[in-house]
Amino acid sequence: MLVAELVSQFRRRRVKALLLVLAAIPALLAVLVRVTGGPSNGNGPTFVDQVSHNGIFAALVGLTVSVPVFLPLTVAVMAGDSIAGEASLGTLRYLLVRPAGRSRLLLIKAVTVAAFCLAAGLAVAAGGLLAGAVLFPLGRVTTLSATTISLGAGIERTLLAALVAGASMFGMAAIGLFISTLTDVPVGAMAATIGLVVLCAVLDSVSQVQAIHPWLFTQNWSSFADLLRDPVRWTGITHDLLLQLAYMAVFGAAAWSRFTTKDVLA
Amino acid sequence: MVEPSGATAIETSGLRKQFGPVAAVDGIDLRVPVGSIFGFLGPNGSGKTTTIRVLLGLLNPTAGSCRLFGQPMPEAAPDILPKVGALIEGPAFYPWLTGAQNLARFDAAAPDGDRRTRAARIDQALTRVGLTAAAARKYKAYSLGMRQRLGLASALLQPRRLLVLDEPTNGMDPQGTREIRHLIQELSRDGTTVFLSSHLLSEVEQVCTHVAVMSLGKILAQSTIVELQATGARRLAVETVQVNDAATVFERLGLTEVKIDGESITGRLDGQQAEDCCRALVEAGVGVRSLTTIRPTLEDTFVALTGEGFDVAR
Repeated sequence: MLVAELVSQFRRRRVKALLLVLAAIPALLAVLVRVTGGPSNGNGPTFVDQVSHNGIFAALVGLTVSVPVFLPLTVAVMAGDSIAGEASLGTLRYLLVRPAGRSRLLLIKAVTVAAFCLAAGLAVAAGGLLAGAVLFPLGRVTTLSATTISLGAGIERTLLAALVAGASMFGMAAIGLFISTLTDVPVGAMAATIGLVVLCAVLDSVSQVQAIHPWLFTQNWSSFADLLRDPVRWTGITHDLLLQLAYMAVFGAAAWSRFTTKDVLA
Repeated sequence: MVEPSGATAIETSGLRKQFGPVAAVDGIDLRVPVGSIFGFLGPNGSGKTTTIRVLLGLLNPTAGSCRLFGQPMPEAAPDILPKVGALIEGPAFYPWLTGAQNLARFDAAAPDGDRRTRAARIDQALTRVGLTAAAARKYKAYSLGMRQRLGLASALLQPRRLLVLDEPTNGMDPQGTREIRHLIQELSRDGTTVFLSSHLLSEVEQVCTHVAVMSLGKILAQSTIVELQATGARRLAVETVQVNDAATVFERLGLTEVKIDGESITGRLDGQQAEDCCRALVEAGVGVRSLTTIRPTLEDTFVALTGEGFDVAR
Protein backbone atom coordinates (compact mmCIF):
# COMPACT_ATOMS: atom_id res chain seq x y z
CA MET A 1 0.00 0.00 0.00
CA LEU A 2 2.96 2.28 0.68
CA VAL A 3 4.06 1.90 -2.93
CA ALA A 4 0.54 2.61 -4.16
CA GLU A 5 0.37 5.72 -1.98
CA LEU A 6 3.73 7.01 -3.16
CA VAL A 7 2.90 6.34 -6.81
CA SER A 8 -0.49 7.97 -6.42
CA GLN A 9 0.89 11.07 -4.71
CA PHE A 10 3.85 11.60 -7.01
CA ARG A 11 1.50 11.23 -9.99
CA ARG A 12 -0.40 14.32 -8.84
CA ARG A 13 0.14 17.41 -10.89
CA ARG A 14 0.31 19.40 -7.65
CA VAL A 15 3.21 17.37 -6.28
CA LYS A 16 5.08 17.48 -9.56
CA ALA A 17 4.55 21.24 -9.70
CA LEU A 18 5.82 21.74 -6.14
CA LEU A 19 9.00 19.80 -6.88
CA LEU A 20 9.46 21.62 -10.16
CA VAL A 21 9.14 25.01 -8.46
CA LEU A 22 11.70 23.95 -5.85
CA ALA A 23 14.11 22.88 -8.58
CA ALA A 24 13.52 26.15 -10.41
CA ILE A 25 14.57 28.32 -7.45
CA PRO A 26 18.33 27.60 -7.60
CA ALA A 27 18.17 27.57 -11.40
CA LEU A 28 16.66 31.05 -11.34
CA LEU A 29 19.33 32.26 -8.91
CA ALA A 30 22.06 30.78 -11.12
CA VAL A 31 20.67 32.59 -14.13
CA LEU A 32 20.57 35.84 -12.14
CA VAL A 33 24.18 35.45 -11.07
CA ARG A 34 25.17 34.67 -14.63
CA VAL A 35 23.40 37.73 -16.00
CA THR A 36 24.42 40.22 -13.31
CA GLY A 37 27.86 38.83 -12.64
CA GLY A 38 26.88 38.17 -9.03
CA PRO A 39 27.55 40.15 -5.86
CA SER A 40 31.06 40.97 -4.76
CA ASN A 41 32.74 38.84 -2.11
CA GLY A 42 30.87 38.53 1.16
CA ASN A 43 27.60 40.03 0.02
CA GLY A 44 24.25 38.29 -0.48
CA PRO A 45 23.22 34.91 0.91
CA THR A 46 25.84 32.38 1.98
CA PHE A 47 27.71 30.76 -0.93
CA VAL A 48 26.33 33.15 -3.54
CA ASP A 49 29.64 34.88 -4.22
CA GLN A 50 31.10 31.49 -5.06
CA VAL A 51 28.58 30.49 -7.70
CA SER A 52 30.36 32.08 -10.64
CA HIS A 53 33.59 30.25 -9.75
CA ASN A 54 31.94 26.89 -9.26
CA GLY A 55 28.47 25.84 -10.45
CA ILE A 56 28.03 23.42 -7.56
CA PHE A 57 27.37 26.36 -5.28
CA ALA A 58 24.15 27.11 -7.12
CA ALA A 59 22.68 24.08 -5.33
CA LEU A 60 23.90 25.31 -1.95
CA VAL A 61 22.59 28.83 -2.51
CA GLY A 62 19.31 27.23 -3.54
CA LEU A 63 19.13 25.33 -0.25
CA THR A 64 20.04 28.42 1.79
CA VAL A 65 17.31 30.45 0.12
CA SER A 66 14.66 27.66 0.15
CA VAL A 67 15.01 26.46 3.71
CA PRO A 68 13.37 29.40 5.54
CA VAL A 69 10.31 29.74 3.26
CA PHE A 70 9.84 27.63 0.15
CA LEU A 71 10.75 24.26 1.57
CA PRO A 72 8.48 24.61 4.65
CA LEU A 73 5.72 25.96 2.43
CA THR A 74 5.69 22.92 0.16
CA VAL A 75 6.06 20.49 3.05
CA ALA A 76 3.16 22.18 4.86
CA VAL A 77 1.02 21.70 1.74
CA MET A 78 1.79 17.97 1.70
CA ALA A 79 1.49 17.41 5.45
CA GLY A 80 -1.68 19.47 5.82
CA ASP A 81 -3.24 17.64 2.90
CA SER A 82 -2.27 14.15 4.09
CA ILE A 83 -5.35 13.17 6.11
CA ALA A 84 -7.60 16.20 5.62
CA GLY A 85 -7.19 15.87 1.85
CA GLU A 86 -8.46 12.29 1.94
CA ALA A 87 -11.30 13.41 4.17
CA SER A 88 -12.33 16.23 1.87
CA LEU A 89 -12.25 13.95 -1.18
CA GLY A 90 -14.30 11.37 0.73
CA THR A 91 -11.70 8.72 -0.06
CA LEU A 92 -10.83 8.44 3.63
CA ARG A 93 -14.03 6.51 4.39
CA TYR A 94 -13.39 4.11 1.53
CA LEU A 95 -9.79 3.52 2.60
CA LEU A 96 -10.95 2.82 6.15
CA VAL A 97 -13.63 0.29 5.19
CA ARG A 98 -11.28 -1.67 2.92
CA PRO A 99 -9.97 -1.76 5.78
CA ALA A 100 -6.66 0.03 5.42
CA GLY A 101 -6.33 0.16 9.21
CA ARG A 102 -6.12 3.53 10.87
CA SER A 103 -2.63 3.12 12.33
CA ARG A 104 -1.34 1.69 9.07
CA LEU A 105 -2.87 4.49 7.01
CA LEU A 106 -1.42 7.16 9.32
CA LEU A 107 2.01 5.54 9.19
CA ILE A 108 1.90 5.38 5.40
CA LYS A 109 0.88 9.03 5.23
CA ALA A 110 3.74 9.95 7.57
CA VAL A 111 6.27 8.03 5.49
CA THR A 112 4.93 9.62 2.31
CA VAL A 113 5.27 13.13 3.74
CA ALA A 114 8.78 12.30 4.96
CA ALA A 115 9.65 11.01 1.50
CA PHE A 116 8.37 14.27 0.07
CA CYS A 117 10.57 16.27 2.50
CA LEU A 118 13.66 14.46 1.25
CA ALA A 119 12.53 14.67 -2.38
CA ALA A 120 11.96 18.40 -1.91
CA GLY A 121 15.50 18.91 -0.59
CA LEU A 122 16.91 16.82 -3.43
CA ALA A 123 14.84 18.72 -6.01
CA VAL A 124 16.48 21.98 -4.92
CA ALA A 125 19.94 20.42 -5.06
CA ALA A 126 19.28 18.77 -8.42
CA GLY A 127 17.96 21.98 -9.95
CA GLY A 128 20.99 23.86 -8.63
CA LEU A 129 23.54 21.29 -9.76
CA LEU A 130 22.02 21.11 -13.20
CA ALA A 131 21.80 24.86 -13.71
CA GLY A 132 25.25 25.35 -12.16
CA ALA A 133 26.81 22.77 -14.44
CA VAL A 134 25.25 24.35 -17.51
CA LEU A 135 26.04 28.00 -16.68
CA PHE A 136 29.32 27.87 -14.77
CA PRO A 137 32.56 25.90 -14.61
CA LEU A 138 32.78 23.01 -12.17
CA GLY A 139 35.86 22.12 -10.22
CA ARG A 140 37.38 21.48 -6.84
CA VAL A 141 35.19 22.89 -4.10
CA THR A 142 36.39 25.46 -1.60
CA THR A 143 34.81 24.70 1.77
CA LEU A 144 33.70 27.23 4.36
CA SER A 145 36.90 26.41 6.22
CA ALA A 146 38.88 27.56 3.16
CA THR A 147 40.22 24.10 2.38
CA THR A 148 39.44 22.45 -0.95
CA ILE A 149 37.89 19.06 -1.62
CA SER A 150 37.40 17.18 -4.87
CA LEU A 151 34.37 17.85 -7.05
CA GLY A 152 33.02 14.34 -6.38
CA ALA A 153 33.25 14.84 -2.62
CA GLY A 154 31.68 18.26 -3.06
CA ILE A 155 28.66 16.86 -4.92
CA GLU A 156 28.35 14.12 -2.33
CA ARG A 157 28.28 16.68 0.46
CA THR A 158 25.81 18.83 -1.42
CA LEU A 159 23.39 15.94 -1.81
CA LEU A 160 23.84 15.05 1.85
CA ALA A 161 23.16 18.69 2.72
CA ALA A 162 19.95 18.47 0.66
CA LEU A 163 18.86 15.38 2.61
CA VAL A 164 19.66 17.07 5.92
CA ALA A 165 17.70 20.16 4.86
CA GLY A 166 14.79 17.88 3.92
CA ALA A 167 15.02 15.98 7.20
CA SER A 168 14.99 19.31 9.05
CA MET A 169 11.38 19.60 7.93
CA PHE A 170 10.33 16.35 9.64
CA GLY A 171 9.27 18.03 12.89
CA MET A 172 7.12 20.56 11.09
CA ALA A 173 5.72 17.78 8.90
CA ALA A 174 4.68 15.87 12.03
CA ILE A 175 2.87 18.95 13.32
CA GLY A 176 1.18 19.31 9.93
CA LEU A 177 0.12 15.66 9.99
CA PHE A 178 -1.38 16.10 13.45
CA ILE A 179 -3.30 19.22 12.42
CA SER A 180 -4.45 17.34 9.34
CA THR A 181 -6.17 14.75 11.54
CA LEU A 182 -8.14 17.50 13.27
CA THR A 183 -9.99 18.81 10.24
CA ASP A 184 -11.65 17.88 6.95
CA VAL A 185 -10.41 21.09 5.31
CA PRO A 186 -6.92 20.62 3.88
CA VAL A 187 -6.33 24.32 3.27
CA GLY A 188 -6.97 24.99 6.95
CA ALA A 189 -4.39 22.43 8.00
CA MET A 190 -1.84 23.82 5.54
CA ALA A 191 -2.39 27.41 6.70
CA ALA A 192 -2.18 26.47 10.37
CA THR A 193 1.10 24.66 9.79
CA ILE A 194 2.59 27.63 7.92
CA GLY A 195 1.29 29.86 10.70
CA LEU A 196 3.35 27.90 13.21
CA VAL A 197 6.49 28.31 11.09
CA VAL A 198 5.91 32.06 11.04
CA LEU A 199 5.25 32.06 14.77
CA CYS A 200 8.55 30.26 15.35
CA ALA A 201 10.39 32.79 13.20
CA VAL A 202 8.83 35.62 15.21
CA LEU A 203 9.66 34.00 18.55
CA ASP A 204 13.16 33.39 17.29
CA SER A 205 13.65 37.14 16.88
CA VAL A 206 12.32 38.04 20.32
CA SER A 207 15.21 37.99 22.77
CA GLN A 208 12.90 37.95 25.83
CA VAL A 209 11.99 34.33 25.09
CA GLN A 210 15.58 33.28 24.49
CA ALA A 211 15.08 30.35 26.85
CA ILE A 212 12.88 28.53 24.35
CA HIS A 213 14.96 29.36 21.27
CA PRO A 214 16.90 26.07 21.27
CA TRP A 215 13.57 24.18 21.25
CA LEU A 216 11.98 25.90 18.28
CA PHE A 217 11.78 23.42 15.41
CA THR A 218 13.06 26.11 13.03
CA GLN A 219 16.12 26.81 15.15
CA ASN A 220 18.71 24.70 13.36
CA TRP A 221 17.26 24.65 9.88
CA SER A 222 20.46 26.11 8.40
CA SER A 223 22.72 23.56 10.03
CA PHE A 224 23.06 21.69 6.71
CA ALA A 225 25.70 24.30 5.75
CA ASP A 226 28.02 22.77 8.36
CA LEU A 227 28.49 19.88 5.94
CA LEU A 228 30.54 22.29 3.82
CA ARG A 229 33.07 22.76 6.59
CA ASP A 230 36.25 20.77 6.67
CA PRO A 231 36.15 18.74 8.78
CA VAL A 232 32.35 18.58 8.96
CA ARG A 233 30.93 20.08 12.13
CA TRP A 234 28.23 17.70 13.28
CA THR A 235 26.98 19.31 16.51
CA GLY A 236 24.42 21.61 14.88
CA ILE A 237 23.19 18.88 12.52
CA THR A 238 22.88 16.35 15.32
CA HIS A 239 21.04 18.79 17.52
CA ASP A 240 18.72 19.64 14.63
CA LEU A 241 17.92 16.02 13.78
CA LEU A 242 17.38 15.06 17.43
CA LEU A 243 15.03 18.00 17.84
CA GLN A 244 13.11 16.92 14.73
CA LEU A 245 12.93 13.42 16.17
CA ALA A 246 11.46 14.78 19.40
CA TYR A 247 8.83 16.76 17.51
CA MET A 248 8.01 13.68 15.44
CA ALA A 249 7.55 11.60 18.57
CA VAL A 250 5.27 14.11 20.30
CA PHE A 251 3.11 15.11 17.35
CA GLY A 252 3.18 11.64 15.81
CA ALA A 253 1.73 10.28 19.04
CA ALA A 254 -0.85 13.05 19.15
CA ALA A 255 -1.86 12.37 15.55
CA TRP A 256 -2.11 8.65 16.26
CA SER A 257 -4.27 9.02 19.35
CA ARG A 258 -6.52 11.45 17.54
CA PHE A 259 -6.82 9.55 14.27
CA THR A 260 -7.36 6.07 15.69
CA THR A 261 -10.33 7.19 17.79
CA LYS A 262 -11.98 9.88 15.72
CA ASP A 263 -15.44 9.71 14.17
CA VAL A 264 -15.08 9.79 10.41
CA LEU A 265 -17.96 11.83 9.05
CA ALA A 266 -16.36 12.97 5.82
CA MET B 1 -32.40 -17.19 -0.73
CA VAL B 2 -32.63 -16.52 2.95
CA GLU B 3 -30.95 -19.16 5.03
CA PRO B 4 -33.41 -20.86 7.33
CA SER B 5 -30.89 -21.06 10.16
CA GLY B 6 -31.70 -17.48 11.12
CA ALA B 7 -28.08 -16.39 10.76
CA THR B 8 -27.70 -12.65 10.46
CA ALA B 9 -25.37 -10.63 8.28
CA ILE B 10 -26.05 -7.50 10.30
CA GLU B 11 -27.39 -7.40 13.83
CA THR B 12 -27.56 -4.38 16.09
CA SER B 13 -28.94 -4.12 19.56
CA GLY B 14 -29.87 -0.85 21.15
CA LEU B 15 -27.52 0.91 18.76
CA ARG B 16 -27.32 4.61 19.47
CA LYS B 17 -25.22 7.43 18.04
CA GLN B 18 -25.46 10.86 19.52
CA PHE B 19 -24.11 14.07 18.01
CA GLY B 20 -24.28 16.70 20.71
CA PRO B 21 -27.87 16.80 21.92
CA VAL B 22 -29.23 14.98 18.86
CA ALA B 23 -29.51 11.20 18.73
CA ALA B 24 -29.03 10.56 15.00
CA VAL B 25 -29.54 6.87 15.67
CA ASP B 26 -31.73 6.28 18.69
CA GLY B 27 -31.47 2.72 19.95
CA ILE B 28 -32.15 0.56 16.92
CA ASP B 29 -32.36 -3.23 16.72
CA LEU B 30 -31.66 -4.22 13.16
CA ARG B 31 -31.65 -7.83 11.95
CA VAL B 32 -30.54 -8.48 8.40
CA PRO B 33 -30.80 -12.19 7.54
CA VAL B 34 -27.97 -13.80 5.59
CA GLY B 35 -28.92 -14.01 1.92
CA SER B 36 -31.57 -11.31 1.98
CA ILE B 37 -31.82 -8.21 -0.13
CA PHE B 38 -32.60 -5.81 2.64
CA GLY B 39 -34.14 -2.45 1.82
CA PHE B 40 -33.27 0.24 4.36
CA LEU B 41 -35.76 3.05 3.93
CA GLY B 42 -36.17 6.41 5.52
CA PRO B 43 -36.66 10.08 4.72
CA ASN B 44 -33.64 12.36 4.42
CA GLY B 45 -32.07 12.91 7.81
CA SER B 46 -33.60 9.82 9.36
CA GLY B 47 -30.24 8.34 10.38
CA LYS B 48 -29.69 5.77 7.61
CA THR B 49 -26.19 6.88 6.68
CA THR B 50 -25.15 7.32 10.31
CA THR B 51 -26.26 3.74 10.92
CA ILE B 52 -24.20 2.53 7.96
CA ARG B 53 -21.16 4.46 9.17
CA VAL B 54 -21.42 2.87 12.60
CA LEU B 55 -21.88 -0.58 11.05
CA LEU B 56 -18.68 -0.15 9.04
CA GLY B 57 -16.63 1.14 11.97
CA LEU B 58 -16.31 4.73 10.76
CA LEU B 59 -18.20 6.08 13.79
CA ASN B 60 -18.01 4.91 17.36
CA PRO B 61 -21.46 4.08 18.72
CA THR B 62 -22.56 6.05 21.78
CA ALA B 63 -24.31 2.97 23.15
CA GLY B 64 -25.41 -0.47 22.04
CA SER B 65 -23.57 -2.91 19.85
CA CYS B 66 -23.45 -4.15 16.30
CA ARG B 67 -22.29 -7.37 14.76
CA LEU B 68 -21.46 -8.35 11.21
CA PHE B 69 -21.85 -12.09 10.63
CA GLY B 70 -21.82 -12.57 14.37
CA GLN B 71 -18.56 -10.71 14.91
CA PRO B 72 -18.52 -7.52 16.95
CA MET B 73 -17.77 -4.24 15.20
CA PRO B 74 -15.56 -2.28 15.24
CA GLU B 75 -13.30 -4.80 17.04
CA ALA B 76 -13.48 -7.40 14.28
CA ALA B 77 -13.06 -4.88 11.47
CA PRO B 78 -9.75 -6.30 10.15
CA ASP B 79 -11.34 -9.76 9.81
CA ILE B 80 -14.78 -8.94 8.56
CA LEU B 81 -14.49 -5.75 6.49
CA PRO B 82 -12.53 -7.41 3.65
CA LYS B 83 -15.69 -9.47 3.10
CA VAL B 84 -17.87 -6.36 2.92
CA GLY B 85 -18.19 -4.17 -0.15
CA ALA B 86 -19.56 -0.73 0.47
CA LEU B 87 -20.87 2.35 -1.25
CA ILE B 88 -21.28 5.04 1.39
CA GLU B 89 -22.89 8.40 0.66
CA GLY B 90 -21.87 8.42 -2.95
CA PRO B 91 -18.61 7.45 -4.61
CA ALA B 92 -15.29 9.14 -3.79
CA PHE B 93 -12.10 8.70 -5.78
CA TYR B 94 -8.90 10.51 -6.66
CA PRO B 95 -9.69 12.90 -9.54
CA TRP B 96 -6.15 12.82 -10.91
CA LEU B 97 -6.10 9.02 -11.35
CA THR B 98 -7.90 6.99 -14.01
CA GLY B 99 -10.76 4.64 -13.15
CA ALA B 100 -8.50 1.59 -13.23
CA GLN B 101 -5.73 3.33 -11.25
CA ASN B 102 -8.26 4.31 -8.62
CA LEU B 103 -9.42 0.73 -8.22
CA ALA B 104 -5.80 -0.41 -7.94
CA ARG B 105 -5.22 2.19 -5.24
CA PHE B 106 -8.10 0.93 -3.10
CA ASP B 107 -7.24 -2.69 -3.75
CA ALA B 108 -3.73 -1.99 -2.51
CA ALA B 109 -5.21 -0.50 0.66
CA ALA B 110 -7.04 -3.73 1.44
CA PRO B 111 -5.18 -6.35 3.46
CA ASP B 112 -6.25 -9.05 0.98
CA GLY B 113 -5.59 -7.09 -2.22
CA ASP B 114 -3.39 -9.66 -3.93
CA ARG B 115 -1.16 -7.86 -6.38
CA ARG B 116 -0.86 -10.80 -8.79
CA THR B 117 -4.60 -11.04 -9.43
CA ARG B 118 -5.24 -7.29 -9.18
CA ALA B 119 -5.31 -6.44 -12.88
CA ALA B 120 -7.66 -9.32 -13.67
CA ARG B 121 -10.00 -8.46 -10.81
CA ILE B 122 -10.09 -4.81 -11.83
CA ASP B 123 -10.96 -5.79 -15.42
CA GLN B 124 -13.69 -8.08 -14.20
CA ALA B 125 -15.21 -5.50 -11.87
CA LEU B 126 -15.16 -2.82 -14.56
CA THR B 127 -16.83 -5.19 -17.02
CA ARG B 128 -19.46 -6.05 -14.47
CA VAL B 129 -20.55 -2.43 -14.09
CA GLY B 130 -20.12 -1.67 -17.81
CA LEU B 131 -17.23 0.73 -17.41
CA THR B 132 -14.51 -1.01 -19.42
CA ALA B 133 -14.54 1.67 -22.12
CA ALA B 134 -13.77 4.42 -19.58
CA ALA B 135 -11.16 2.49 -17.58
CA ALA B 136 -8.24 4.57 -18.85
CA ARG B 137 -9.97 7.91 -18.49
CA LYS B 138 -9.29 10.17 -15.51
CA TYR B 139 -11.92 10.10 -12.79
CA LYS B 140 -12.45 13.86 -12.97
CA ALA B 141 -13.83 13.40 -16.50
CA TYR B 142 -16.45 10.88 -15.32
CA SER B 143 -20.16 11.72 -15.23
CA LEU B 144 -22.12 11.19 -12.01
CA GLY B 145 -23.51 7.89 -13.28
CA MET B 146 -20.04 6.67 -14.25
CA ARG B 147 -18.70 7.66 -10.83
CA GLN B 148 -21.47 5.66 -9.22
CA ARG B 149 -20.57 2.68 -11.41
CA LEU B 150 -16.90 2.96 -10.44
CA GLY B 151 -18.00 2.98 -6.80
CA LEU B 152 -19.85 -0.26 -7.39
CA ALA B 153 -16.86 -1.71 -9.22
CA SER B 154 -14.72 -0.90 -6.19
CA ALA B 155 -17.20 -2.73 -3.96
CA LEU B 156 -16.98 -5.75 -6.28
CA LEU B 157 -13.19 -6.08 -6.48
CA GLN B 158 -13.34 -9.14 -4.27
CA PRO B 159 -16.05 -11.72 -3.72
CA ARG B 160 -18.06 -10.28 -0.83
CA ARG B 161 -20.41 -11.81 1.69
CA LEU B 162 -22.18 -8.51 2.26
CA LEU B 163 -22.71 -5.46 0.10
CA VAL B 164 -23.74 -2.24 1.80
CA LEU B 165 -25.09 0.06 -0.87
CA ASP B 166 -26.16 3.58 0.03
CA GLU B 167 -28.30 5.02 -2.80
CA PRO B 168 -26.48 3.03 -5.49
CA THR B 169 -28.48 4.32 -8.45
CA ASN B 170 -28.22 7.98 -7.55
CA GLY B 171 -27.51 9.97 -10.70
CA MET B 172 -27.96 7.03 -13.06
CA ASP B 173 -30.14 7.00 -16.15
CA PRO B 174 -33.09 4.55 -16.28
CA GLN B 175 -31.03 2.07 -18.27
CA GLY B 176 -28.25 2.19 -15.69
CA THR B 177 -30.76 1.82 -12.87
CA ARG B 178 -32.09 -1.31 -14.49
CA GLU B 179 -28.60 -2.74 -14.96
CA ILE B 180 -27.80 -2.15 -11.30
CA ARG B 181 -31.04 -3.83 -10.28
CA HIS B 182 -30.11 -6.89 -12.33
CA LEU B 183 -26.60 -6.82 -10.91
CA ILE B 184 -27.97 -6.78 -7.35
CA GLN B 185 -30.25 -9.72 -8.11
CA GLU B 186 -27.40 -11.62 -9.73
CA LEU B 187 -25.13 -11.04 -6.74
CA SER B 188 -27.88 -12.11 -4.41
CA ARG B 189 -28.33 -15.35 -6.35
CA ASP B 190 -24.63 -16.01 -5.81
CA GLY B 191 -25.26 -15.81 -2.07
CA THR B 192 -24.25 -12.23 -1.29
CA THR B 193 -26.37 -10.44 1.28
CA VAL B 194 -27.32 -6.98 0.03
CA PHE B 195 -28.12 -4.11 2.38
CA LEU B 196 -29.67 -1.44 0.18
CA SER B 197 -30.32 1.99 1.59
CA SER B 198 -32.58 4.00 -0.63
CA HIS B 199 -35.41 6.43 -0.85
CA LEU B 200 -36.47 5.15 -4.26
CA LEU B 201 -39.37 3.06 -3.06
CA SER B 202 -40.20 1.46 -6.39
CA GLU B 203 -36.63 0.28 -6.65
CA VAL B 204 -36.75 -1.29 -3.21
CA GLU B 205 -40.14 -2.82 -3.95
CA GLN B 206 -38.78 -4.49 -7.08
CA VAL B 207 -35.65 -6.12 -5.66
CA CYS B 208 -35.88 -6.40 -1.89
CA THR B 209 -36.97 -9.39 0.12
CA HIS B 210 -36.86 -7.58 3.46
CA VAL B 211 -37.32 -4.00 4.48
CA ALA B 212 -36.86 -1.71 7.46
CA VAL B 213 -38.27 1.78 7.72
CA MET B 214 -36.36 4.34 9.72
CA SER B 215 -37.44 7.78 10.84
CA LEU B 216 -35.98 10.24 13.33
CA GLY B 217 -33.34 7.73 14.35
CA LYS B 218 -35.78 4.95 15.18
CA ILE B 219 -36.87 1.86 13.28
CA LEU B 220 -40.61 2.05 12.70
CA ALA B 221 -41.09 -1.26 10.96
CA GLN B 222 -38.95 -4.22 10.00
CA SER B 223 -40.11 -7.37 8.26
CA THR B 224 -40.26 -9.14 4.94
CA ILE B 225 -41.62 -6.90 2.25
CA VAL B 226 -44.73 -9.07 1.87
CA GLU B 227 -45.54 -8.80 5.56
CA LEU B 228 -45.03 -5.07 5.57
CA GLN B 229 -47.38 -4.56 2.67
CA ALA B 230 -49.99 -6.77 4.31
CA THR B 231 -50.09 -4.43 7.29
CA GLY B 232 -51.28 -1.51 5.21
CA ALA B 233 -55.00 -1.02 4.56
CA ARG B 234 -56.38 -2.22 1.23
CA ARG B 235 -58.74 -0.07 -0.74
CA LEU B 236 -61.76 -1.03 -2.77
CA ALA B 237 -61.98 0.56 -6.22
CA VAL B 238 -65.21 0.51 -8.19
CA GLU B 239 -65.93 1.92 -11.61
CA THR B 240 -69.52 2.89 -12.16
CA VAL B 241 -71.67 5.63 -13.63
CA GLN B 242 -73.65 5.87 -10.39
CA VAL B 243 -70.81 7.04 -8.16
CA ASN B 244 -73.14 8.83 -5.74
CA ASP B 245 -75.27 5.74 -5.16
CA ALA B 246 -72.07 3.74 -4.71
CA ALA B 247 -70.86 6.30 -2.17
CA THR B 248 -74.02 5.75 -0.10
CA VAL B 249 -73.41 2.00 -0.11
CA PHE B 250 -69.76 2.52 0.81
CA GLU B 251 -70.81 4.62 3.79
CA ARG B 252 -73.39 2.07 4.90
CA LEU B 253 -70.74 -0.68 4.73
CA GLY B 254 -68.42 1.42 6.87
CA LEU B 255 -65.69 2.12 4.28
CA THR B 256 -63.70 5.21 5.18
CA GLU B 257 -61.66 7.76 3.22
CA VAL B 258 -64.08 7.53 0.31
CA LYS B 259 -62.79 9.34 -2.75
CA ILE B 260 -64.67 10.00 -5.97
CA ASP B 261 -62.85 10.75 -9.18
CA GLY B 262 -65.01 10.94 -12.32
CA GLU B 263 -66.58 7.52 -12.77
CA SER B 264 -64.46 5.74 -10.21
CA ILE B 265 -64.81 5.58 -6.47
CA THR B 266 -62.43 4.18 -3.89
CA GLY B 267 -62.73 3.56 -0.18
CA ARG B 268 -60.57 2.11 2.55
CA LEU B 269 -61.40 -1.43 3.63
CA ASP B 270 -61.32 -2.14 7.35
CA GLY B 271 -62.03 -5.85 7.51
CA GLN B 272 -64.92 -5.76 5.05
CA GLN B 273 -64.70 -8.40 2.35
CA ALA B 274 -64.70 -7.26 -1.27
CA GLU B 275 -67.22 -9.99 -2.12
CA ASP B 276 -69.75 -8.63 0.40
CA CYS B 277 -69.26 -5.11 -0.90
CA CYS B 278 -69.86 -6.29 -4.46
CA ARG B 279 -73.11 -7.99 -3.46
CA ALA B 280 -74.29 -4.93 -1.52
CA LEU B 281 -73.60 -2.68 -4.49
CA VAL B 282 -75.48 -4.89 -6.89
CA GLU B 283 -78.41 -5.27 -4.48
CA ALA B 284 -78.56 -1.48 -4.19
CA GLY B 285 -78.94 -1.30 -7.95
CA VAL B 286 -75.50 0.14 -8.69
CA GLY B 287 -74.23 -0.92 -12.09
CA VAL B 288 -70.71 -2.12 -11.45
CA ARG B 289 -68.38 -1.93 -14.43
CA SER B 290 -65.33 -3.14 -12.56
CA LEU B 291 -64.41 -3.84 -8.98
CA THR B 292 -60.90 -4.37 -7.67
CA THR B 293 -59.03 -4.24 -4.42
CA ILE B 294 -55.83 -2.24 -4.37
CA ARG B 295 -52.95 -3.42 -2.25
CA PRO B 296 -51.10 -0.54 -0.68
CA THR B 297 -47.89 0.26 -2.50
CA LEU B 298 -44.70 0.46 -0.51
CA GLU B 299 -45.00 4.20 -0.93
CA ASP B 300 -48.39 4.25 0.81
CA THR B 301 -47.04 2.15 3.64
CA PHE B 302 -43.93 4.28 3.89
CA VAL B 303 -45.87 7.53 4.02
CA ALA B 304 -48.27 6.04 6.54
CA LEU B 305 -45.34 5.10 8.76
CA THR B 306 -43.21 8.19 8.46
CA GLY B 307 -45.86 10.88 8.04
CA GLU B 308 -46.67 12.80 4.90
CA GLY B 309 -44.45 15.81 5.52
CA PHE B 310 -42.03 16.54 2.73
CA ASP B 311 -39.70 18.66 4.86
CA VAL B 312 -36.60 17.03 6.25
CA ALA B 313 -37.48 15.76 9.67
CA ARG B 314 -34.79 17.79 11.38
